[in-house]
Amino acid sequence: MQTKKLTFRNAWLPYLLLAPQVIITAIFFLWPAGQALYQSLLRQDAFGFNTTFVGLDNFTRLFQDDLYVNALQVTLIFSVGTTLLSMSVALLLAVLVNRMLRSRDTYTTFLVWPYAIAPAIAGILWWFIFNPSIGILPYFLEMLGISWNHRSNGNQAMLLVIIAAAWKQISYNFLFFLAGLQSIPHSLIEAAAIDGANKFKRFWTIVFPLLSPITFFLMVVNVVYAMFDTFGVIHATTEGGPAQATNILVYKVYRDGFVSMNLGSSAAQSVILMAIVVLLTVLQFKYIERRVNY
Amino acid sequence: MVDNDRWGNLLAHCILIVGVALVVFPIYIAVIASTHTGSTFLSGTLPLLPGKEAWTNYTTVIFEGRSRAGTPPIAQMLWNSFIMAMAITIGKLSISLLSAFAIVYFQFRFRLFFFWIIFLTLMLPVEVRIVPTFQVVADLGMLNSFAGLSIPLIASATATFLFRQFFMTIPEEMLEAARVDGAGPLKFFKDILLPLSITNIAALFVIMFIYGWNQYLWPLLITTDPSYYTIVMGIQRMATGGDSEPLWHLVMATVVVAALPPVLVILFMQRLFVKGLTETEK
Repeated sequence: MQTKKLTFRNAWLPYLLLAPQVIITAIFFLWPAGQALYQSLLRQDAFGFNTTFVGLDNFTRLFQDDLYVNALQVTLIFSVGTTLLSMSVALLLAVLVNRMLRSRDTYTTFLVWPYAIAPAIAGILWWFIFNPSIGILPYFLEMLGISWNHRSNGNQAMLLVIIAAAWKQISYNFLFFLAGLQSIPHSLIEAAAIDGANKFKRFWTIVFPLLSPITFFLMVVNVVYAMFDTFGVIHATTEGGPAQATNILVYKVYRDGFVSMNLGSSAAQSVILMAIVVLLTVLQFKYIERRVNY
Repeated sequence: MVDNDRWGNLLAHCILIVGVALVVFPIYIAVIASTHTGSTFLSGTLPLLPGKEAWTNYTTVIFEGRSRAGTPPIAQMLWNSFIMAMAITIGKLSISLLSAFAIVYFQFRFRLFFFWIIFLTLMLPVEVRIVPTFQVVADLGMLNSFAGLSIPLIASATATFLFRQFFMTIPEEMLEAARVDGAGPLKFFKDILLPLSITNIAALFVIMFIYGWNQYLWPLLITTDPSYYTIVMGIQRMATGGDSEPLWHLVMATVVVAALPPVLVILFMQRLFVKGLTETEK
């Protein structure tokens, strides 16, 4: 990694400049991460008196634990659902807004602000809208003959948290898709039009492939978002229920560590989550550098 | 010559208006709900037009609080959120500017090593190391304090990278000229780098303020004293914390107040916001 050709020469100043960032990283990032690794190899008895070294036992127990396997599945469904819903709506809106000349900025303004809403608040908003007794949507669903109750129906609870999480993320995806669409040279699309390709053909054979780097980038970002930033959505609404139906991994780490005080297991779960983040980050950097197919 | 049909445009506008309506819908409902009395909700479904109780509801949540639910008036929580968001934002910006300056403008031993240490923070979000981080903060006696709310969150790889990228685009001649005029590193940083970076700083400020304001898990863990509660976590206690059905008109008034500051920041600084968002992620 390069610096400027011409640099300052000073024996201690660069270290001093880096010190705040590095010290905070060491105390609040690296040390806890190390602790998680260490604790994941230990087990405490129920009263916290005895700690024994158990090797990888915490990990093998996790994968034999039905609740953890359930949380893995729930997280998978939740992440894929949130990513697909949010990205497809955002892509549709971005393609349409990109056609507009005069109204483009107005539509954009209306579509970007949900980015500012905290996940927990997004959750509470949709929790209210879907509230079985006073919410507005169950009232309409009732007319269609669907009875809605996310407090007892696990699938409906899952749908609720997916909608809440995806809603908040639409703005983000929209802005990136719009930026991507605007960077596609107009001449390409006109050339295809001259060759007689209709709108849908033009979209699927030219625009969409050219968007693939952005699409891929957004997929990784959205999966990371759905896996790690949606703690608030779950905690403020379903609290993992009903019957574990929305108990995503991040929420389970919190519950096991703080409510059940099962430190060894919680630490092992942290380590698995870290491995997932590392994988996703590497994936992102590797492919963003290479720029998928062009 | 492409896309010039009138019906297509009309259809596009229709779909967009439906899309915008769906995106705005939840907040519209919240605003409506916050203007009715509590008894409106007992009689069934929520009306779709505003009621007359807006003033009462908003003054109640902001200044009086709800003693039954154990939440202080939200004026205090709003202030706490503001302090936390500002501390996180300013903290992140300052330490990132300093580290980017060191990495770009100095040659020193372990430069790459430090760069990688900063990079690692990207891979360790709070959510994955909840318990041990909590233990560190507890050991340092930082529970229930603004230092505890902000300092552990101010390390920032993205801001450091962004400033590094930007510093690399500044012409070499700037430094040569400053050298000729006898400026030392700190003077160069203060009088040349900072003024040049002002747009980038502003764009990141918008993004980080929203990030700080919307913190949820962290304040939830390290505050047990209600005088340090922040607004976003405080709402959860009102909405799902109690056993009885929440007082929805007050919860929604709180939701509107809590969402307002970051939403206003985005609406008034849209250009900076878009710049900050699209550039930090590259």
